[in-house]
Amino acid sequence: MATQTAVPAPIAPAPLKIRRRSPLAWIGDHVLLAATVVIFIFMLLPNAVILVMSFNQPIGKYDYTWNQFSTEAWAHPCANQALCSSMGLSLEIGLIATVVSTALGTMIAFAMVRHRFKARSGINALLFLPMAAPEVVMGATLTALFFNTIGPGSLGFWTITIAHVMFCLSYVVVTVKSRLAGMDPTLERAAQDLYATPTQTFMKVTLPLVAPGIAAAALLAFALSIDDYIITAFTAGQRTTFPMYIFGSVQRSYPAQINVIGSIMLIGTMAIIAVSTILGRMRATRR
Amino acid sequence: MSSTALLDKSDPPAAGAPPEDRKPRRNFTPWVLLLPGLLWLILFFLVPILTSVSASVQTGNFDDGFKLTWHWANYVDAVKPYWRQYLHSGIFSVATTVLCLALGYPVAYFIAFKGGKWKSLLMALVIVPSFTSFLIRTIAWKTILADNGFVVRILNDLYILKITSKLGITVGTHVLASPGAVVCGMVYNFLPFMILPLYTSLEKIDPRLLEAGNDLYCGTFQTWRRITLPLSMPGVIGGTLLTFIPAIGDYINAQLLGNANTGVVGQSIENLFLRKTDGYPVGSAMSVIMMVGTLVLVMMYIRKAGTEDLI
Repeated sequence: MATQTAVPAPIAPAPLKIRRRSPLAWIGDHVLLAATVVIFIFMLLPNAVILVMSFNQPIGKYDYTWNQFSTEAWAHPCANQALCSSMGLSLEIGLIATVVSTALGTMIAFAMVRHRFKARSGINALLFLPMAAPEVVMGATLTALFFNTIGPGSLGFWTITIAHVMFCLSYVVVTVKSRLAGMDPTLERAAQDLYATPTQTFMKVTLPLVAPGIAAAALLAFALSIDDYIITAFTAGQRTTFPMYIFGSVQRSYPAQINVIGSIMLIGTMAIIAVSTILGRMRATRR
Repeated sequence: MSSTALLDKSDPPAAGAPPEDRKPRRNFTPWVLLLPGLLWLILFFLVPILTSVSASVQTGNFDDGFKLTWHWANYVDAVKPYWRQYLHSGIFSVATTVLCLALGYPVAYFIAFKGGKWKSLLMALVIVPSFTSFLIRTIAWKTILADNGFVVRILNDLYILKITSKLGITVGTHVLASPGAVVCGMVYNFLPFMILPLYTSLEKIDPRLLEAGNDLYCGTFQTWRRITLPLSMPGVIGGTLLTFIPAIGDYINAQLLGNANTGVVGQSIENLFLRKTDGYPVGSAMSVIMMVGTLVLVMMYIRKAGTEDLI
């Protein structure tokens, strides 16, 4: 869009539009389109299956094959107490881990972008490593530490939360950092030229501009935390989070309620995105 | 944004540097900001790695406790009985990365260059599924690939299963509980991690460059080969990293969609840690091997791309 306005409009646009399009290019374009459609089906099919199977009345213990339409699972999503309490535990851990990791990560991001200090490359490496280490390694090594210090019996809520903050932190830093680095520095300079104190500049210019980045980082951290299985399984001890419950269900029984919760997650997210997009559009037109 | 950036070239391009008018005095602010987060990472990421290096040469069990006995034989125990698992982890993660690149590139290319006004909707479609728990979505493949499902029926009718079973990708007339199903699940799980960085780097390419290529009598393929591909290399490197790293440690897909012969290293580590009373030194040794192996591979990549770029 911006490039189009910058370039002066061509005098005669119509003849320029005529390009030599070989039939080969036409075929290529349509093969690309077909491949994209097929791959999108591949990516979206499981969600469709989850939605359909949530209305299923499974024959045995496993909601894997279609039997009969039923709204039973939607009417009683918490028929299985353990399922819903595991969800509660996951939400609780997710919220704490999101708040802590977003706060610590945003502080690091500000320090990295706005300040000059030594050991920058070392800190970069320390931030990069948790993203480059396989989850199973982080889970196993952290558990080894807990075994060695506080003993295997003390694994539980707090060890899970500590682990979640640890692996969310780097992602928060990356997200906030990219927003900070992409900010137009002239805006803050303009505020200072207009005699704003550093605090005022930060509160009235910097923070509102970085806020979307921080919000995105928090959402990412929450999504990472609530969906994590591997590290959680290592650090959980006797507690069972939602992903752990699902993983265990494969051996016990797989009720349609799990697909109901999966559908609610999908529909809820889509609704939130739709509402925020519409609100954003409305605000944009009002301006 | 872009037009202003083009206009005033006198300004520094990024906010990366602190304002110049600051006096060069000793400043503790960055350390106050850095310290809590860095301490967290040091305590719960770096120290555990050191602990598990020490744990990997201990002996003992849960009842009597573990002692540091410099028992290097743990490393032999961590490799010899498990060579199949290492092999599977390697094959699955490389196959997944290659397939994700092969499937993700056309999608990212299509969205970036042919997406038009649907761009953001299509990118949302790439991300939206990830908001449902990945475990539920992975288990949904059990329904899709079930023996009485349409996928297996079509593959059977086309005699594809005969060929893939000969090649050892599937087992008999089933798709589930086979290496093929494991890789299918892994590709499905990690494809968005490939598409996102690819799309970011493809989207940045000025379409006028491609037009210039066409004007200079480059065919579509030539244009892609000489202009698009080199410019999208950061996305390719980022995407392969983001796919390969989680793929090599993943054992969810092997557990849920595989069989007894598709065991991967992650499963063995989990078994040693959580289901055996004396397995934890050998499990630590395995995770040390895995970490060093992954780090060596990743470092080779970083040398090409640079850390600051990747973060």
